[in-house]
Amino acid sequence: MKLEVITPDATLFEGEVELVQLPGLDGLFEILNNHAPMIAALGKGRIKYHQQDRKDQFLEINGGVLEVLHNKVLVLAE
Amino acid sequence: MANLKEVRTRIESVNSTKQITSAMKMVAASKLRRAQNAITTMRPYAAKLQELMQDLNRSVEQANDNKYAVVRPAEKILLVPVTSNRGLCGAFNTNVIRATVKLINEDYEAQHKAGNLKVFCIGKKGEEFFKSRKISIYKVNNHVFDNLVFSEVVPIAQELMDIFVAGEFDQILFVYNQFKNAATQLLIHEQFLPVEMPQLEDDKQHEGVDYIFEPGKDEILDELIPKSLKIQVYKMLLDSFASEHGARMTAMHKATDNATELLKDLKLSYNKARQAAITNEILEIVGGANALNG
Repeated sequence: MKLEVITPDATLFEGEVELVQLPGLDGLFEILNNHAPMIAALGKGRIKYHQQDRKDQFLEINGGVLEVLHNKVLVLAE
Repeated sequence: MANLKEVRTRIESVNSTKQITSAMKMVAASKLRRAQNAITTMRPYAAKLQELMQDLNRSVEQANDNKYAVVRPAEKILLVPVTSNRGLCGAFNTNVIRATVKLINEDYEAQHKAGNLKVFCIGKKGEEFFKSRKISIYKVNNHVFDNLVFSEVVPIAQELMDIFVAGEFDQILFVYNQFKNAATQLLIHEQFLPVEMPQLEDDKQHEGVDYIFEPGKDEILDELIPKSLKIQVYKMLLDSFASEHGARMTAMHKATDNATELLKDLKLSYNKARQAAITNEILEIVGGANALNG
């Protein structure tokens, strides 16, 4: 699935990932391939994403919103 | 006929002015490019946020009574004129100031007379003007343009939102220059708070998508509205910043053109004066030689 993390100033990440872990308002949750459409509010924390054959990578965010649609995960971070 | 030395000094001074204005034009052009880039990177974010708000609004049945959307009778008004810190940018600041004064004297005259109107100045030029008039300044922020990034804008937006929620003001309006292109700025006054909910647009792509909302629609909306307000402030400041450099670029371009024109005229009169001086000298020599011969 495709992950895109954007802030008003820049695009932090764009690419194919296998797993994303996000800081939801009520705690961490993970999104895998072919997730159902979802909109979620995110709290302060870090996003973990896993790309094939690579180590997990992290992005710090200060809250945001997430949309999952058609196997595409879009994070509007702050 | 002006004397030679005078004209020469003027040519020199016009020349150095021209150098300065053309350098300023270059600087403004490169800053404009940077400001435009910032606008372009922000646009997809703003568009997506708008889209999400609409998706949510569509699925929220009852009207959301958000604390930022409370409409109170407009008794206490806060105007936010966005000007620049530096001058030499044509009518850029004058336009903002004039529009703000017009709002104060016409639309919000009653509130102003009752002493319920204040001004939050962004940019030095506005501050200088309103300080010298009898208009009470709520606050001044001049440093935001030094480094215009989102994280610098958030505190301003947050403060405006807080004072609105606290009931210090019933309405907050921005007056700023919207960036259209390098040569044109649109002067706009826009209501910032209370929020007007975005109008629903028909959107085929998203219709019928059954979203899961996590944790819940209202919570997400509560997150989204402040976010979009911050983005709105950021967008307005970016617009104003780009407009400022656009306006300065145009103004400096005109100044350079004028200097070139002036130089042409001065050179002409310099040459005329020089020629006249030479002619005079020859006449004198010829006259002198004739007198000796005669």
